[in-house]
Amino acid sequence: MNEASGRAEDRADGGRALTAAAFIPGLAHLRRGRRRAGLSLLGLALAMLAVLAFSFDRVASTFTAGRVDYWVAMLTLAGTLAAAWGVSLRAEWGRPRQRAEGTSQWAIAWREFNRNRVAVLGLFLMCGLYLATLLAPYLTSYEPNAIGDIAATRHLPPSLDHLMGTDKFGRDVFTRVLYGARISLSIGFVAVSISVTLGTVVGAVSGYFGGAVDTVLMRFVDMLISFPRLVLLITVIALFEPSIFTVIVVLGLTLWPATARIVRGEVLSLREREFVEAARALGLASPRIIFRHIVPNVLGPVIVAATLGLGNIILIEAGLSFLGLSVQPPTPSWGNIIDGGREYLVQAWWVSTFPGLAIVVTVVAFNLIGDGLRDALDPRLRI
Amino acid sequence: MSAPLLRVENLRTYFHTAEGVVRAVDGVSFTLGPGETLGIVGESGCGKTVACLSILRLIDPPGRIEPDSRISLRDRDLTAASEGEMRSVRGNEISMIFQEPMTSLNPVWTIGDQIAEALRTHRSARPAEARRRAAEMLRLVGIPNPEQRLDEYPHQFSGGMRQRAMIAMALACDPSVLIADEPTTALDVTIQAEILDLLARLQEQLGMGLIFVSHDLGIIAQIADRVIVMYAGQVVESGTADELFGRPRHPYSEGLLRATPRVGRRMRRLSVIPGSVASPKRWPPGCRFHPRCPYAWSRCREDVPPLPGEARASRCWLEEEPARRTGGWDELALAEDH
Repeated sequence: MNEASGRAEDRADGGRALTAAAFIPGLAHLRRGRRRAGLSLLGLALAMLAVLAFSFDRVASTFTAGRVDYWVAMLTLAGTLAAAWGVSLRAEWGRPRQRAEGTSQWAIAWREFNRNRVAVLGLFLMCGLYLATLLAPYLTSYEPNAIGDIAATRHLPPSLDHLMGTDKFGRDVFTRVLYGARISLSIGFVAVSISVTLGTVVGAVSGYFGGAVDTVLMRFVDMLISFPRLVLLITVIALFEPSIFTVIVVLGLTLWPATARIVRGEVLSLREREFVEAARALGLASPRIIFRHIVPNVLGPVIVAATLGLGNIILIEAGLSFLGLSVQPPTPSWGNIIDGGREYLVQAWWVSTFPGLAIVVTVVAFNLIGDGLRDALDPRLRI
Repeated sequence: MSAPLLRVENLRTYFHTAEGVVRAVDGVSFTLGPGETLGIVGESGCGKTVACLSILRLIDPPGRIEPDSRISLRDRDLTAASEGEMRSVRGNEISMIFQEPMTSLNPVWTIGDQIAEALRTHRSARPAEARRRAAEMLRLVGIPNPEQRLDEYPHQFSGGMRQRAMIAMALACDPSVLIADEPTTALDVTIQAEILDLLARLQEQLGMGLIFVSHDLGIIAQIADRVIVMYAGQVVESGTADELFGRPRHPYSEGLLRATPRVGRRMRRLSVIPGSVASPKRWPPGCRFHPRCPYAWSRCREDVPPLPGEARASRCWLEEEPARRTGGWDELALAEDH
């Protein structure tokens, strides 16, 4: 305690001293007793430096390769390092945190979420996964679709050269899983954004206005829900070319009814709350009441639904890929890598197993986050 | 009295439900002058709140304000105003505060945001200007450190503080009429007194007309200049606070007064008005109070008594046959004892 106040005085007098903590990310947090934040920052910075050290050639080749994804990887690397360092510097040099305890609902929910170790683990997994996809060109020396000497490289078992072995065309499975993650995660992310936005708007409008509007919208939702989803997806995709774009749009447009149902239910109860009546008595127009006063109050359940939906959509997309209805080879997606290894499951188990594991880990991570958020955002836990 | 600010004439608000027409407010008339406080008293379910919401036209279907009702603010007929015009009246010229300060504020926005919202809507105020005015309002309603409290969330405010914040929100645009629907019912007695003082002070300071709704006669007696007593969707008695509490004329007002406990006077037991307000789907024929009235006789069961005049009146046949005012509540209480 004394030491802490001593440091505070140091800062007040000397300003920005070049202490060790200013150079090593995370140290400032560790010294202030924030162990998890400190270790995460340290780990993040070390991981980035390790990537830089082990694949310096490829990082350097960014300037000559002339490829967008190399630049994206470069930006990610530099940005992550800078962010980790910046956060540390702020902890070291910034004024001691004035509002140590945030008071908005979001700040309270974040603290609640942080207490849930399993959910935080899910969050770490998810962040790691996204970082890995962005850094993909630096993490592997192979190209996902390049086919070399098939006879020499076909179905090699996992080794240091090929972490997850090679497939029937001699392509590195690790590379394909990494690049496939881009496809699977982006499809999940975009499709969920579409379905959540649409579902929230439809649900809020339906719940707020009620009456005929509600009846029409909800019967439409019932109709969509009562269709067997897979049959609907297969039909729609069969009508168009199977491509990433089609899959995103179709998934986004077929999954919103669930969100709309949740939002409508919440809005029906919120509408009767007095602050909505008070907002009307203040002379606010309906769109403003819906989007400023009601929607922020349903975001909790919506975020939970979105997180759980992400896992779900990744699963559905993998299923569609497996059936050959989604992303077409040679572009890798987790589903079609599994499909490609299906015939050789006995001779080359690794081709299908590793992307399968990737799906399991991702879906579990999203579900853990979703459950954590559900607990953290549950309004019944507070006033 | 100066020219009326708000005039409500023959207000009838019916709810057209599948089970029949609910006549929640059935022919209510009153006027409100600038700087005047009108108290509206009545049991739960007598139509007080619906009447208030009707003034702001906040009645949702199946509810409807019936065609020949008139609500005029100065010379404007609000029943004929468009929805857009009504929005510019709400929160700007006529404001309303509600019973439950705990749930009347949106939990996801700061107090400052919520007070500023009315200003941004009606006055197109810039954020900085709205914030300054919001702080001013918080100071006006007696919240210490307004600049700091602006950035706090409703859950950091106590019940009394929230009601003050609600009042600040309602008054931000300087309305000429404030409708307070049981603003103190959910609060502790000491906080109640503070809020009442605050409302009385603000009213004097800002010169607005105040409609104060309550089922608590003590509070009404304290704050109101004039009082109307509502029963079953109608006004049954009107008069100044002194007249009404000194010499109630309608049996219902009499009963209400008798049912009010008073500090310092020990009573063996509080008298009650037997029964409860009838269903608004089927008001009793004749005088709507007759099933519960100790004086009721045959005429009350058949003919509807009128409310003669507005200033001081009682909707009761006793007005025409005062000789029948015998026995009444005392006899009823005695009969119950045996």
